[in-house]
Amino acid sequence: MKKRVLTVDDSRTIRNMLLVTLNNAGFETIQAEDGVEGLEVLEEANPDVIVTDINMPRLDGFGFIEGVRKNDRYRAVPILVLTTESDAEKKNRARQAGATGWIVKPFDPTKLIDAIERVTA
Amino acid sequence: MDMNEIKEIFFQECEEQLAELESGLLKLNDGDRDPETVNAVFRAVHSIKGGAGAFGLDDLVSFAHVFETTLDCVRSNRLEPNQDVLKVMLKSADVLADLTNAARDGGSVDQARSRQLIKELEALANGELPQASAAEPAPKAAAPAPIAAPPVNEEGFQPVAFSFEDFEADEPALIEATCYEIVFRPKSELYAKGNDATLLLRDLSRLGEMSIHCDMDGMPPLDRMNPEAAYFSWKISLTTDKGEDAIRSVFEFAEWDCDLDIALAGGSAVDASEELPMQPVPFDLSLLDEAPAGSADEEEQIAIRDRDAAVSAAETASNVLQMAQSSARVPAEAQKNATAAASAAAQQAASAATPTIRVDLDRVDRLINLVGELVINQAMLSQSVIENDTNGTSSINMGLEELQQLTREIQDSVMAIRAQPVKPVFQRMSRIVREIADMTGKSVRLVTEGENTEVDKTVIDKLAEPLTHMIRNAVDHGLETPEKRLAAGKSAEGTVRLTAKHRSGRIVIELADDGAGINREKVRQKAIDNDLIAADANLSDEEIDNLIFHAGFSTADKISDISGRGVGMDVVKRSIQALGGRINISSKPGQGSVFTMSLPLTLAVLDGMVVTVANQTLVVPLTAIVETLQPEASAIHSFGATQRLISIRNSFCPLVDVGRILNFRATQANPVEGVALLVESEGGGQRALMVDAIQGQRQVVIKSLEANYTHVPGIAAATILGDGRVALILDVDAIVAASRGQSLKPEMSLAAAG
Repeated sequence: MKKRVLTVDDSRTIRNMLLVTLNNAGFETIQAEDGVEGLEVLEEANPDVIVTDINMPRLDGFGFIEGVRKNDRYRAVPILVLTTESDAEKKNRARQAGATGWIVKPFDPTKLIDAIERVTA
Repeated sequence: MDMNEIKEIFFQECEEQLAELESGLLKLNDGDRDPETVNAVFRAVHSIKGGAGAFGLDDLVSFAHVFETTLDCVRSNRLEPNQDVLKVMLKSADVLADLTNAARDGGSVDQARSRQLIKELEALANGELPQASAAEPAPKAAAPAPIAAPPVNEEGFQPVAFSFEDFEADEPALIEATCYEIVFRPKSELYAKGNDATLLLRDLSRLGEMSIHCDMDGMPPLDRMNPEAAYFSWKISLTTDKGEDAIRSVFEFAEWDCDLDIALAGGSAVDASEELPMQPVPFDLSLLDEAPAGSADEEEQIAIRDRDAAVSAAETASNVLQMAQSSARVPAEAQKNATAAASAAAQQAASAATPTIRVDLDRVDRLINLVGELVINQAMLSQSVIENDTNGTSSINMGLEELQQLTREIQDSVMAIRAQPVKPVFQRMSRIVREIADMTGKSVRLVTEGENTEVDKTVIDKLAEPLTHMIRNAVDHGLETPEKRLAAGKSAEGTVRLTAKHRSGRIVIELADDGAGINREKVRQKAIDNDLIAADANLSDEEIDNLIFHAGFSTADKISDISGRGVGMDVVKRSIQALGGRINISSKPGQGSVFTMSLPLTLAVLDGMVVTVANQTLVVPLTAIVETLQPEASAIHSFGATQRLISIRNSFCPLVDVGRILNFRATQANPVEGVALLVESEGGGQRALMVDAIQGQRQVVIKSLEANYTHVPGIAAATILGDGRVALILDVDAIVAASRGQSLKPEMSLAAAG
């Protein structure tokens, strides 16, 4: 069974990179463009792991994580935060919102796959 | 999709983000303090930085980073975005655009400029004021302390690439295998955040030899157990040569949500199981891997069951037990409401941002071309039906009428696909205004209106150049220096207003400045000096104003860097005309000038009047025609050898025989036998064009003559009529110009024969 990854990022560039990287690594990838869409497709995507950006229009990463954690079915899905903001304050806020881990940009395929493997069985 | 394609997408996205950035900054400049505007601006820079980082575009990343840091100060209300701050930011946006272009197309950017801006941005982030306003009485921005980003060194910020492997890679050879004793006590938050003790232990086991003892003493009786709580803790003995940092990095995601003690065991590289006071519980992590062990004896089976129990307890968060559901019901209700609210909000947002797709322009062009053919074909079909079937009530005629309507609708819809708002072009202009204002030391404000007015993409693409030139002119020549403005009782800041609107099937773009207006005396003198007009010529104000469109006309006493680039208003006029447009100027001394451009919405179709001239069928663009009239002999007046005038409502208008101008016939036709089309040409002059007869009025699909044949003076393009015949589309302005004595070129007669 392929693992399903839901990615949430407003940047078309990053979305494409995620898609290519994840597909090459044998994941099934579902993509959303912001937090609102992420929550909308959550049920359908039924992800094993979620990778999300923080800075997004409509609903940012923090709000999205909180939304996922409120969903009975998905509240324990590992969520990785993909962001350039590496400072402790942002990490901490993401953690408080319920993020499982984080991947610091610049985007690097190895790091991404590594982190996903760390939080999934 | 490969990396190059993604890079291409990145640059496309950059363009959008840069546009977003600029429009956001301009909104802020106009006093908009909506947090969402600030956020959008921040996100634009942030996205560019993120993508640039992935492609290793270091210059772009470092500049974007500094910019972002300063924007973050604005976002968190530590920096008031006043005019001075925004000035720096708008310039930074320009540099960011330059850096993006340099990253895409190669080439270099003005290093000194970007370094200077980095300094200014850093100064802003540190709570310092831009130099320009340093002397002004304490603005609000001075108050908040410089809590902003830490000072960044001048070389620019380099993102620290963080890699999980670093810990292992750094010092592998240096550390001998060491035995660590680790106590790991997860809190329930650890599970709530999607971390999993078993996975952490699995990762730990990959570092070296490991034995685990699970402490289950904290487990309450089943009836008092909270399935979501963490009751277990683990004592781990790990022999690894990777060092303590590697162990800590395993718990990187979990360290907030667990108690973690890592200590060196008594001796290094000892057999842990002998040294430990407790008996390790068999806890076979390899079973987490998908392939189960081939044969397991009974003892192992029991061990697996034990492990399963431990694991399922550990996985409490992911496997919610039935017991939990009753307690979870209340939050579930709340969550349902939240979801409903969220989806309602989403629907609202969705209606605001309608979904779009990106289509290759070539495909759209092909479609437009095909629809053009369809229109012609439909017209041909209608015509042949009409010719063969005089019974107007036949169902074929009915069907044809519907077909005609449908074709028309298809055509309009297809044209709408290519229609785009003029916004991107307008946005580019604001940068031009900034740059020229800087160069000339003038203070200028660009106001744009009707940015969302849509027009065909081909028109937009060709609009940028003439518009740029006109903006340059408006700032350089139109607006006065601040001193002069103040002396004239105006505000020191000049205003340039750029407006777009639809008017009767055309787009009208107006460029107005509130400068000094055209100095008619000077223009007149210049025209006399350049032999454009006779010294005693009697010209109306309007005619004088329009002299600036003559080739090689420049009234600036000294040729400046900005406008003196060898391009005059005559070039602007010609490029507007090439688009099938018209340009006019009106000016009031002391109050400014208004340039008005009227352009067709599309270059693909045209509403035309089909006329006959010397047995040739010609199409006259409808937009050029003011009225048509049947000349009476009494209204025709001759003067000179060949010139004739027609009197229309007590004014005289030159009468031009199109057939003669185009060399279709050797002698002038008798005006009384034909029809006169009163046309308005550039510069407002009217002419009456003589044609033999009017056939009708219809929309025609423009087929470029240049592309298929060659440019023909007096002819703008060609089209195919319903009967399949080719008709030439008249270039009214060229005809009018020719009638003034500047005759069409000699190859004319040859072209007319075709």
